[in-house]
Amino acid sequence: MSQATPPKAIEGTLGFIDERLGSTTFFRRNVKKVFPDHWSFMLGEIALYSFIILLLTGTFLTLWFKPSMVEVVYDGSYTKLQGVKMSEAYDSTLHISFDVRGGLLMRQIHHWAAILFMASILAHMLRVFFTGAYRKPRELNWLIGIGMFTLGMLEGLFGYSLPDDLLSGTGLRITQGVAESIPLVGTYIYMFLFGGEFPGQDIVPRLYMLHILLIPALILGMVTAHMMIMWHQKHTAMPVKNQTEQQVYGYPFYPVFMAKTGAYFLFTFGVVALLGAFAQINPIWLFGPYDPGAISSGSQPDWYMGVLEGALRIMPNWEITAWGHTLSLNVLIPAAVPLGIVFGGAAAWPFIEAWVTGDKRQHHVNTRPRNAPVRTATGMAAVTFYGLLWLAGANDVLAERFHVSLFATTWFFRVTVFLGPLIAFIVTKRICLGLQRKDADTIGHGVESGVILMSPEGRFSERHEAPREEEKTVILSKENARPEAPARDAEGIPAPGSKGPLGHLRSRLNRAWTFDDIPVEEHEHGHSDQKAIESGSEQVKH
Amino acid sequence: MSDDKNETEGAQGPGEDGRRRERVIGTPSPAREKALLAEDDISAPAGVGEQLDEASMKRAERIVATFFLVAFAASVAFIAYFIGWSGRDGGMHGVVRARESNFWLGGTMALSFIAMAVGVTIWVRRLMTSKPIVQERHELAADEETRAAFAQDFLEGAEDSGITKRPLLRRTLLLAAAPLGLAPLVLLRDLGPLPEKRLRHTYWGEAVKKAQAEGKKGVRLVVDGTNKPLRVSDFSSPGGMITVLPEGIEEEVPEEQVLTQNAKAVTILINVPADKFKPAKGRENWHVNGIVAYSKVCTHVGCPAALYEQTTHHILCPCHQSTFDATDAAKVIFGPAARPLPQLPLSVEDGYIVATSDYHEPVGPSFWERG
Amino acid sequence: MKRITAWRRRPWAGYAVVLAALAAIGVVYAGFSPRSDRAEAQSSAQAAQDLKHGQELFNKNCASCHGLNAEGTKDAKGKPIAPSLIGVGAASVDFQVSTGRMPAMNPGAQVPRKEPIPDFNTSIKTDYEEPEKREAAEKQKAQAEKNLADLRAWIASLGGGPEVPPASAVDPDKGDVALGGKLFRTNCAQCHNFTGQGGALTGGKYAPPLSGDDVTPTQMYEAMVTGPQAMPVFNDTTLTPQDKQAIISYLVKTREEPNPGGNGLGRIGPVSEGLAGWLIGIGLLVLAAMWITAKKPKKLKKS
Repeated sequence: MSQATPPKAIEGTLGFIDERLGSTTFFRRNVKKVFPDHWSFMLGEIALYSFIILLLTGTFLTLWFKPSMVEVVYDGSYTKLQGVKMSEAYDSTLHISFDVRGGLLMRQIHHWAAILFMASILAHMLRVFFTGAYRKPRELNWLIGIGMFTLGMLEGLFGYSLPDDLLSGTGLRITQGVAESIPLVGTYIYMFLFGGEFPGQDIVPRLYMLHILLIPALILGMVTAHMMIMWHQKHTAMPVKNQTEQQVYGYPFYPVFMAKTGAYFLFTFGVVALLGAFAQINPIWLFGPYDPGAISSGSQPDWYMGVLEGALRIMPNWEITAWGHTLSLNVLIPAAVPLGIVFGGAAAWPFIEAWVTGDKRQHHVNTRPRNAPVRTATGMAAVTFYGLLWLAGANDVLAERFHVSLFATTWFFRVTVFLGPLIAFIVTKRICLGLQRKDADTIGHGVESGVILMSPEGRFSERHEAPREEEKTVILSKENARPEAPARDAEGIPAPGSKGPLGHLRSRLNRAWTFDDIPVEEHEHGHSDQKAIESGSEQVKH
Repeated sequence: MSDDKNETEGAQGPGEDGRRRERVIGTPSPAREKALLAEDDISAPAGVGEQLDEASMKRAERIVATFFLVAFAASVAFIAYFIGWSGRDGGMHGVVRARESNFWLGGTMALSFIAMAVGVTIWVRRLMTSKPIVQERHELAADEETRAAFAQDFLEGAEDSGITKRPLLRRTLLLAAAPLGLAPLVLLRDLGPLPEKRLRHTYWGEAVKKAQAEGKKGVRLVVDGTNKPLRVSDFSSPGGMITVLPEGIEEEVPEEQVLTQNAKAVTILINVPADKFKPAKGRENWHVNGIVAYSKVCTHVGCPAALYEQTTHHILCPCHQSTFDATDAAKVIFGPAARPLPQLPLSVEDGYIVATSDYHEPVGPSFWERG
Repeated sequence: MKRITAWRRRPWAGYAVVLAALAAIGVVYAGFSPRSDRAEAQSSAQAAQDLKHGQELFNKNCASCHGLNAEGTKDAKGKPIAPSLIGVGAASVDFQVSTGRMPAMNPGAQVPRKEPIPDFNTSIKTDYEEPEKREAAEKQKAQAEKNLADLRAWIASLGGGPEVPPASAVDPDKGDVALGGKLFRTNCAQCHNFTGQGGALTGGKYAPPLSGDDVTPTQMYEAMVTGPQAMPVFNDTTLTPQDKQAIISYLVKTREEPNPGGNGLGRIGPVSEGLAGWLIGIGLLVLAAMWITAKKPKKLKKS
């Protein structure tokens, strides 16, 4: 152990703060706070650190960027655009790129960090979903996460619209078209958003305010809440040895976790700088200034808006005109429904799952994806749905790169966007159950050792050995399904939870959740695992 | 491991060391967290908590230090390049110098961060000997007693304030608050004008009216970008396509309005082979020998529908692939757009192609009042 | 270091391209320019002989599809197999043959660009070290240019049409780049993309990339003026030769321009950027996370 007293300077500072805030109790309690270790627990940190990078680089960019749509004639150092009329926003972005030292680097880092911010949130959410880490008591943090992703989409859209280049103007044009299609108030929203007709002169300054002030402040608040809740509730843990619902096992915050997360902070900065230095992003000087009559093939939004773009592309041209009014289903449905299903579904899922399973307990140890087949399969179906729409957003690039007919790609996505999730659900569930069966086998039968034995009668058999202790803990972390009491008991009295149509639905869903569960449990020697599988869901484990 | 699990948030029992714990304002709940060194059967990852070999620690220290030195060198290089080299010949200007600057500044910055990250990682992995420890998780909810006490306090407060007893107070308070909440919405009214009939006409209408006031038949079409008025003979090649605007839109519209007017008036002029062309009913004289003009603003969400294939006579919008048939009044043949592109009535005057009226329907995406 | 060297080398490659392009233009021009004053300068006998040679080449390479009199052919159902070439002009022939599209191999959704057949391959390598090899290549090239010129003359004699532009009309250094950018984005980018990377059309057709060095300024001009395959026609009275030169300047200058921000990721915009963000960005960071949280190395234990 080290010295008994810390150096004077530190002691002095701590004393100063403690006497005014009474902070030492807090520090004392938290300095050794335990953080369980797993690589996937760091995905969320990418988002946190990217956000810090975004704040820093964004501040740098505001020092030169002029959020103005007043027309100027360019006479800067990018020769190919000299003499071209453009907005001040575009002009100042060119200035940042070509005349401010490090400006291009900061622009690129800012944009790459935005892409990583959104990508890491999504990756983090997938990890949380597939391990069941959103369950009670963490539903609030799950909702905050969904909120941050949604705000991030807006923030990104507004951000890449600011330079007022041809690509971003096209994005705004589409945004305008979608706003205009809203029933009843669409044209009003359009006029109020743009301060008149598209493009007008107001939209860039307005988006600028939202992009640098309002939305970042909201996200910052949500990040803070997210972190404080996480800290207070303690992180979930993977179902490994020493991790139980009552205790968490891992490295202390100080010094190990602090150093690890510090290293990861630096890695995130490093990777973003690497991308900013060696991979060009959003070369607005190649796109040219916005011009309502111009357009490029392969006009795509940034990846996180790709889903919306894809949905817009594959939607059939349904429009209803009646009683002097027009309802643009061809725009409204793709703009609202797919993301509504994915985000709304994600937000409701923890509550739906708790309702269906009747599980109101707190969970701190994660589930292995295979041990919750319905959840995992639903997740994969959502991933497939999202992924297909996302690809559909790039269907022209796909058609061009792979030399297939453009309309064929549209039809392909029109069909697979419905079939794909279904297939993904079935296949994933089968895989999960297969893995459960394997686990049951490992526990019941042991692991194949590769040692062949010959019995006195001359029969050959392979020796099976008990799995390692660590492996056993992981496998036995499965909580076997507990089928509910039947909807009606012997006398025909309905169970309290299954009354009414809602209760009926609930008990049906509950059965769907549990009916093909394969119990994994330790048997006394001599028991065949085959029996265990056959006896199926009758087995109850407490 | 602690066995008194019933000690929960807010309870004022003796702390772990028998001392009373004081609540720190602004900190998370004082749920007791007791760090215990792992005992007996804790199978830590290999190497953890071991007494490390002095020699290998020394080696690790040297490796980490090397990485830190690399990081130092890279940041110094960053600063040195910025101060000493990037500003030569009057500063950074143009593509070539921007490329050089991005390469060196970005490269040294990335190297610095990554070297430091690698150094810290090796430090944690090879030099820190903290063992993994176990901590209890606590019930987050307060116990029954505390809840009941709080409910009691809450009700007492409500009672005391009188809000339950005096409905008049309660209702007038709500009444007072409601318009106050609406007030900010009123402030947003001046964000923009009301739609009125703005979306129903384009600059073509204005330009045609002006031309007709001067006794002309209509307004000339000029090429977008060069402002050259087009004669019929100029545009005689079958399979031709060009983007046009009404003459005068650049000069006569107030500067800040040019793009906005452009955005609605932009039109594509196509020379469809006369034998393939099927003019729509009532529009028989809207074309000039197969030269036909459609709005370039897609009826889906407004991208320029500009991609014309002269073999199939398809007009394709590159954003969402709505496809229109140029020979058949721009009827939709594929994609998400629901309505054909509006057609501009054309005629000839002094050999020039002219538009004789505005579009007869609103251009661009559909909207609720469109009808 | 290798990477840096490669980077450094790239601008030179660009200049080499321009030089090659200019050389090609010069050669085409040299092979073609006497045409205008041929009537006076050359004997009509020579001209007639060239025309005859052109017709022979046509009969050998083109007539099987386009018909002996270049009138075009149709299949049994009356669907055209190959269009009539009467009136398409020299520019069209030059474009189709010098880009290798004609003679076409097999009809598909679209005839692709390929290496021209040897008889017409004017872009063969001639910079051999060995004098005899170089001489042979130069001779072959000269013959290819003569063949192409004669074929053009023969088709042009059938009914006029757009002519091959003179080299000065396609010199990328003389165009107004800013105007070219505006015109390109308004009239061309919807198919060919901002930076000329090409894009998808309907039915498996596509707008070819213009970013390769093999697309010469002359070919760009010819494509605009003749509208090959699905491409619309931009005749000289709609987009004047100056406008076309501006577009050519924009395209050539854009493809020569280095990417200041590092690797251009194909210059196709956000699709490849998103892919790079996920694969490289998230990929590297996941590797870093795995390393940070991996079990500690065993060898450090005190034995």
